[in-house]
Amino acid sequence: MARIFAYIAQKGGVVDDSALELFAAAKKIDPAAAPIAIVTGSGADLDRACAGFPASFSEVWKIANPALAYPNAELVRQALVSVLPPQSILLVTHDHFGIDLAPGLSVKLGAAYVPDVVAIDHVDGNSLAAVRQEFGGQVSAHVRCDISSGVVINLRPGSFKAEAPAPVSGSIVDKSSAVGALSAKRRYLETIAAEGGDVDITKHTVLISIGRGIQEKDNIAIAEELAEALGAAVSCSRPVVDAKWLEKSRQVGSSGKTVKPKVYLACGISGAFQHLAGIKGNPLIIAINKNPKAPIFQVAEVGIVDDVLEFLPVLTEKVRVMRGQAA
Amino acid sequence: MEILVCARRVPDTSENEIELNAAGNDIERDDLVYSINEPDNYAVEEALQIRDRVGGNVTVVTVGGEDDEEILRRELAMGANQAVLISDEALNGSDGRGIATALKSFVQKGHYDLILTGVQADDGGAQVGGMLAAMLDYPFASLVNSITVDGGKLKVGREIEGGNREINEIDLPCVLSIQTGINEPRYVGMRGIRQVASVPIPTYGNSDLGLDTAAIGEAAAKVKRVDYFIPAAGKGAEILRGSREENADRVLELVATKGGLK
Repeated sequence: MARIFAYIAQKGGVVDDSALELFAAAKKIDPAAAPIAIVTGSGADLDRACAGFPASFSEVWKIANPALAYPNAELVRQALVSVLPPQSILLVTHDHFGIDLAPGLSVKLGAAYVPDVVAIDHVDGNSLAAVRQEFGGQVSAHVRCDISSGVVINLRPGSFKAEAPAPVSGSIVDKSSAVGALSAKRRYLETIAAEGGDVDITKHTVLISIGRGIQEKDNIAIAEELAEALGAAVSCSRPVVDAKWLEKSRQVGSSGKTVKPKVYLACGISGAFQHLAGIKGNPLIIAINKNPKAPIFQVAEVGIVDDVLEFLPVLTEKVRVMRGQAA
Repeated sequence: MEILVCARRVPDTSENEIELNAAGNDIERDDLVYSINEPDNYAVEEALQIRDRVGGNVTVVTVGGEDDEEILRRELAMGANQAVLISDEALNGSDGRGIATALKSFVQKGHYDLILTGVQADDGGAQVGGMLAAMLDYPFASLVNSITVDGGKLKVGREIEGGNREINEIDLPCVLSIQTGINEPRYVGMRGIRQVASVPIPTYGNSDLGLDTAAIGEAAAKVKRVDYFIPAAGKGAEILRGSREENADRVLELVATKGGLK
């Protein structure tokens, strides 16, 4: 079988959490695999990343170049094309960087590309059998990929269970000299931090979180009233922010805030994985959704198949009565 | 600025419950409501706004069949200058690479400064834009949530983790994949669509584009969907089946036990 590589991101010298997930995925492709990690960067950051590399990897290729100090996908692509042998299997994390890097990289390598993989069934000769999710997680798909000319596989974060590192004697191989001068038609300028917003949803015990099911801006008052009665905060999923009904600072998810409430009331939220990625700390998730097939019911502990616009006012009234706030 | 937007017609997941068909190998496609892929609609709106600021034309293209004309009409009604359908039986069964190959040939027939796609489709993998850019040797940025035109360059913001934004400078021509929420797409009513009902939509086939049939279609596809399935459910939620009042009482009780009523 072709050699398996894993591109591992590092930031400020800290190896990305997904390193061991990629390792686990490599073992799904070939239980006997000794995947080679590739890490890029420059200076002390790269040295620190190499020093702290998960011990599961027996070989780490480091590519040092001042142009790679910030991970610009166009430059990383050039570096990887320089060092990867033909027909390689390359694993990449399907996050904002992997989405930037992998499709173009597969073209330049002449390799196949399988995006956003949630499970790998097996590899049979030159055929990879994998699983993807489509339509917001409502259905899954078996896919087959011809890997005879190599493949770039993007893995959904959190889908492959990271095992604790099983230390093997490892070596760092410096591949920097295999990479020539790097230049890009896209240049990184700066990172702008997320705005704080009026309410800090990361600090609340109870979140009333609303999604597309709230239907229109005026209906947000229904959630606000419940939140007020409970002393909770209103958070939301992406469509509510896209529609400009709430500030970005209220968004829970991989591109929004990570929250750790005790109770998470998911109101009209379908439960896309990007949203669920922002819910940590194992809260009690109670889901209210009109669609009994909504993926949120797979992760919630308690579910109610109902219209949030009808259900929430009833709940609010009960809270008020209980607290003696009733009008 | 000459802007090309690559768009797709997809089943609208906000309007449909996606289910398996009786044979259990595909989704049930009868009675599905289709619409333009949501991020693609944001891409068209962004193209229109850029055109209105700096001048130029917006062309919307899709790879598909006759049914897909409806989204092209919709985007014409939004204000696109022209719409083009790429359609050929030889394209059936193409994977992302095959679609990107067809789009590349179309791009090379014209002259575009800026090419936009939506970041991803509900049944896709956020791949065609990045592939197209690599094939053309254009720079690429994904998950774009702001664009400023600055002479022969653009300043683009990308959505990265935790609500942070990464700002890049990018040379033209380039390909950008547009994230939802970048703008507020204008409303299109039935009247608007009727007004563009007679606008001709040119169709390009293989021979018009000089496509190499070995690089497109099912035979060239390295990635193939075998079937759809519903994954074995985990524990799943305990579904409350009481009246609305009873369910609300139970929720309140649960919130209280978790210390949410202090």
